[in-house]
Amino acid sequence: MESNKSTVMKFWRRGDPFIWLTGGALALCLAMIAGLVGIIVYNGAGVFWPQDLTLLRLKDGPPVMGKLMDRQPIPGAVGHYRVQLKVGNRDAYGQDFRWVDEDAIAERERPAEAVVFERVEWGDTHGFIAALYEEERLLAKGEGVWEALQGVMDQVGELGDRIHTLERGELDKLNRAIDDLRLQERRLQREQNDAQLTALEVRRQALWDEHEALSGSLDELRAQQERWEVEVALAGGETRRVAVAAIVRAYRPNLMGFWAKVQTYLSKGWEFVAGEPRESNTEGGIFPALFGTVMMVMLMSLAAVPFGVLAALYLREYARQGILVRLVRIAVNNLAGVPSIVFGMFGLGFFVYGIGGSIDQLFYADALPTPTFGTGGILWASLTLALLTVPVVIVATEESLAAVPREMREGALALGATKFQMIWSVVLPSALPGILTGVILATARGAGEVAPLMITGVVKLAPDLPLDAFAPFFHLERKFMHLGFHIYDVGFQSPNVEAARPMVYTTALLLLTIVLLLNLTAIVVRNKLRRKYATAAF
Amino acid sequence: MSKPLASDQANSIVEVENLNMFYGETQALHDIDLSIPEREVTAFIGPSGCGKSTLLRCFNRLNDLIESARIEGSVRVSGRDIYAPDCDVIDLRRRVGMVFQKSNPFPKSIYENVAYGLRIAGENRRRVLDEAVEKSLKAAALWDEVKDRLKDNALSLSGGQQQRLCIARTLAVEPEVVLMDEPCSALDPIATARVEETITELKSDYTIIVVTHNLQQAARISTYTAFYYLGSLIEFSQTEDMFTNPRNKQTEDYVTGRFG
Repeated sequence: MESNKSTVMKFWRRGDPFIWLTGGALALCLAMIAGLVGIIVYNGAGVFWPQDLTLLRLKDGPPVMGKLMDRQPIPGAVGHYRVQLKVGNRDAYGQDFRWVDEDAIAERERPAEAVVFERVEWGDTHGFIAALYEEERLLAKGEGVWEALQGVMDQVGELGDRIHTLERGELDKLNRAIDDLRLQERRLQREQNDAQLTALEVRRQALWDEHEALSGSLDELRAQQERWEVEVALAGGETRRVAVAAIVRAYRPNLMGFWAKVQTYLSKGWEFVAGEPRESNTEGGIFPALFGTVMMVMLMSLAAVPFGVLAALYLREYARQGILVRLVRIAVNNLAGVPSIVFGMFGLGFFVYGIGGSIDQLFYADALPTPTFGTGGILWASLTLALLTVPVVIVATEESLAAVPREMREGALALGATKFQMIWSVVLPSALPGILTGVILATARGAGEVAPLMITGVVKLAPDLPLDAFAPFFHLERKFMHLGFHIYDVGFQSPNVEAARPMVYTTALLLLTIVLLLNLTAIVVRNKLRRKYATAAF
Repeated sequence: MSKPLASDQANSIVEVENLNMFYGETQALHDIDLSIPEREVTAFIGPSGCGKSTLLRCFNRLNDLIESARIEGSVRVSGRDIYAPDCDVIDLRRRVGMVFQKSNPFPKSIYENVAYGLRIAGENRRRVLDEAVEKSLKAAALWDEVKDRLKDNALSLSGGQQQRLCIARTLAVEPEVVLMDEPCSALDPIATARVEETITELKSDYTIIVVTHNLQQAARISTYTAFYYLGSLIEFSQTEDMFTNPRNKQTEDYVTGRFG
């Protein structure tokens, strides 16, 4: 009894329960993080895999064909299951998904000839190619129709490229020129400069003529593109005509081998990363959002890091340490804890309406009442986020400056260094790894922030990137897309939430990857510096 | 308390007169009068908190960094009052170098550490820097150990090497006086011996003032020794005299190990 008691006492005194408690807390944290990442990877990574098409022959009613998505027990009927099928053909059936009771299935097949058409509009079509038409003339039917379709799609693709180049190149340029002219005209009207106004009229006529000609040739190209139509037989036997120009991609998953599927997977993945969104963001790519996010983070860092580091330098190195500095320090620390939406409000009031509005009054008066800088844009969003992250940078920088040993500072001063030389050549290099840690934390916080962006410049769709080939190249007044907002928009604001769900996961996966990459880069840089400026004494 | 004996040496380079020093309300140094002879090693000894490091830091005005520090009296280096309003502190610190208790190499290469003092003084000619680096490292007896890895980070050196690097760094700007604040207190006996050897060799070219807690060390390396107690200078004389024939009871108690 006695020895038993002392064993228990020893167990407590040695601190074994504490070890279990700390270890358990760590394990729980890791498990939650692993769960989060796991769910996103599990749901996000497989979205682009070309799934087989299954044809279900039902005991009553016409057959249905689609991708098997889910299998659930039927509520209230023990032992009975139903399967969820993504049937596609939203335009024909009015819905993308359909639940089928397993009891009602007579037969399951994987028809080899089944085709998935990814379309520009209305989502996917699943069916069989019945025939291919060129301007109502039968081009191919039965055997060889797939190969014929490939040839036609190549032709249509080339035409599409030409249209795209014209639209994005010359048409864009013309539109800009016409818009410039409109602004000039308004200014001249205000100045009542009639002579120049007539000259302007002539130029405008020339531009409009050019515009007309270009639109004409574009229409012609489009008409050419729309000559071909493919007749698709749906699972139920009904047929529908689909314009080849509306087809993004066509593949026969049941005939594809593993490598062919990998190829399609990669091509779809690339379209996702590098392409533009379609169908109110639920399909296609997210390149503008990706670009907007990265550019915003860079602009934010560019604004936040120098100011934060300089402010911290003054606070720690130059300011007389007294009650005022202590108050400032407390204020900065508190600023780091202010909810981000409050920063958003401030950004809207101060940057957008205040500074942006004044810039418009001064420099873009011709365009008013259409605002240029007086509305949300990437510059204001970045500055708002910079404001949000600057306290983090200041706090981290101050801490790492304080950690530079006094002996090192005195060593520099004793050699005849001025205070500035000491800070610049000894203190800053020693503190750099710590400062970079702060920058990493700040950047990660900024990259994941959405709320303040929603009122300072993020929009659902902004295909015009804030950086392009037209002078002045950086269009900082433009609205932009952001991955975080994109997730919210696609997941909760899109008209077809169920069909958009995979996109939510893939976008989340991409956002995680980007934040991870940004952090990794910063960490690698920091470790390099740390090796260079290793600050271990003996 | 007998009046400390001023050095009989004709050439004194640092002259302290009636120096009182305060940290806020606390007086740290009381009425110090002292003349330190040129091109000799002078040791400052005394128990912890007796003000010897504080006095040392008055010689290059490093106490200026402490806001509450206040000074009365005068300190002259090479005849110039260093607390005069027109004294250039930067220039003073170039003339009076300092080696610290804890070796404090900068997070730079060995070469850049030694060249630092010259670089901040505006010297950027490669040849001059190369020469100065080699000369200083040789003077600090470090050249043979590091000549093949001058580009390496200074923090990769051992503790003793780092301390000799700090000595070399101080010598590179060719100061008149070198202050050493317990330069060996963080070193093992072998490294200590190397640094002491270096100090002895430097004696012919530089005036060296060493603060030390190690009485044997003071006896080994110094020609003159000053003993401080509670912020006052108790005795200042030739080292030999002080250790064999102290004139003051307190000094005797300290050097014989009865207190301290």
